[in-house]
Amino acid sequence: MNWLSRVRNAMPFIAKRETEGNLWNKCPSCSQMIFIKEYEENLSVCTVCGHHGRIGPKARFQQIFDDNGWSMLPTPRVAEDPLKFRDSKKYVDRIKAARTATGEHDALLNARGKIEGQGVVVGVQDFAFMGGSMGVGVGEAFIAGAQAALADKVPYIIFTAAGGARMQEGILSLMQMPRTTVAIAQLREAGLPYIVVMTDPTTGGVTASYAMLGDVQMAEPNALIGFAGQRVIQDTIREKLPEGFQRAEYLLDHGMLDMVVERKDLRQTLARLIGYLMPEKAAA
Amino acid sequence: MVALLEFEKPVAELLARIAELRESAGATDIDPEIAKLEAKADRLLHDTYAKLSPWQKTQVARHPDRPHFKHYVGQLIDDFMPLAGDRAFGDDQAILGGLGRLGGRRVMVIGHEKGDDTATRIRHNFGMGKPEGYRKAIRLMELADRFNVPVVTLVDTSGAFPGVQAEERGQAEAIARSTEKCLELGVPIVAAVVGEGGSGGAVALAAANRVLMFEHAVYSVISPEGCASILWRTAEKAADAAEAMRITAQDLKRLGVIDEIIAEPVGGAHRSPAIAIDALGAAIGKSLDSLNGLGRDKIKQQRREKFLAMGGL
Repeated sequence: MNWLSRVRNAMPFIAKRETEGNLWNKCPSCSQMIFIKEYEENLSVCTVCGHHGRIGPKARFQQIFDDNGWSMLPTPRVAEDPLKFRDSKKYVDRIKAARTATGEHDALLNARGKIEGQGVVVGVQDFAFMGGSMGVGVGEAFIAGAQAALADKVPYIIFTAAGGARMQEGILSLMQMPRTTVAIAQLREAGLPYIVVMTDPTTGGVTASYAMLGDVQMAEPNALIGFAGQRVIQDTIREKLPEGFQRAEYLLDHGMLDMVVERKDLRQTLARLIGYLMPEKAAA
Repeated sequence: MVALLEFEKPVAELLARIAELRESAGATDIDPEIAKLEAKADRLLHDTYAKLSPWQKTQVARHPDRPHFKHYVGQLIDDFMPLAGDRAFGDDQAILGGLGRLGGRRVMVIGHEKGDDTATRIRHNFGMGKPEGYRKAIRLMELADRFNVPVVTLVDTSGAFPGVQAEERGQAEAIARSTEKCLELGVPIVAAVVGEGGSGGAVALAAANRVLMFEHAVYSVISPEGCASILWRTAEKAADAAEAMRITAQDLKRLGVIDEIIAEPVGGAHRSPAIAIDALGAAIGKSLDSLNGLGRDKIKQQRREKFLAMGGL
């Protein structure tokens, strides 16, 4: 909280400001309040501590693609709620709520565009949509993204963010692991790069399928990346987890990533990599 | 005497009564009554197992006396030659494999082993594979592929091991690559979910041309307890979660996720293991024969198309 809002909120005759969140962003890492405009201009990275905030597909596309050089791919429609699932709430109601909150149809969006002049298809998972979880819709969108890349003969770049599989779709969500893997094999056979950028958080069945099958694997700083949840591991081993466990830098140290890349450098890093992997395209 | 499950209590009571009668008399004049009670117990067992709930099936799938990898291999595979190690880190005892013959056919058998007493359960890590286990599976599948040996997998795990070292060594990557390898093979792969098919640790060995499943086995994205503790915020709702997730062979067949259900003897595979194991062997043999001679590209294509279609419209 900055001094101004502290003073303001201390005054009993002024209602506490509900809209504060619209102007200020509180860094979840260092708790500093940062003016939202400044925060967004800094690609939603904390200007004080460098914490990389979670961003949705639209912001990501804006940051990654050349200006005005991209268009959204349609989100494929799939059978809704195949299991007629309900826990404390109906799954269909949870989907509806997520759609209202995000304005999107499901948790993975694709766009086609250029990065420093090189054509690519980019998929971005939206953690704000039911924790980015992978159900049939996400699997279908992943395949659609890979197939668009195949059609355009360009790389497919996926930005992962997910708690894991979407439990409300039961076994069908698990089947998206082999399903997306087939799409990756098709890219490989066509000689097209499949590049993974892991963002915070990438866990569970998503990590154990398409997130770990990249030709090159990057991650944003400090992103949580793992297979099992930390609480599950702690309950199993009953000892303290090591410092920095399951963070991007930890995975880099253990050979699971090629590089950890700050958000401000991602665009250029991807462009350089594609230039190496598809030189004839870059020259064209 | 097999360990009885909670929902088998009425059967257990009958069996206790029969035992009591036997002990108290030993005379022949009560034989007809014993026979009657035995028939009643059989009927009750039959009826109970004919309408098991998903949560009850989970108990059956996890039954300590249910046959495991070593029992299947012991009874079905001739001249089994175990193969070990991932050539990088170690030899995981939770995932075993080797060459052998199933009814005369050469096969590479790979599967989870849970162990069946305290010592072996610890040795096999309760069937929870580590990265080196999945990498061993990859190595064995590659070997089979090069020498044109069909692959048979036996899936029986509560899930891949959640541990610090497993994460460090790339549990997620190992599972992803194992799934990928299943899908790449030019030889047929037949998977059988024989007990628990737990999440990524199961699918890593089950992206197969044909997936078979025992009548009372379960296969799910997360354990019912895990699902309940996340969505219901208490593991005590596991029975509800088991119901909602559709984890039974019957549901999975309807959803097109598995190809065939293998019937179990009355009262579950653990009551008459030899019969269950033979049924599994026959079903696997039949599946292998149906894929025999398809050619490498066709085999791969069939598998791909099948998984690409899963959950799609």
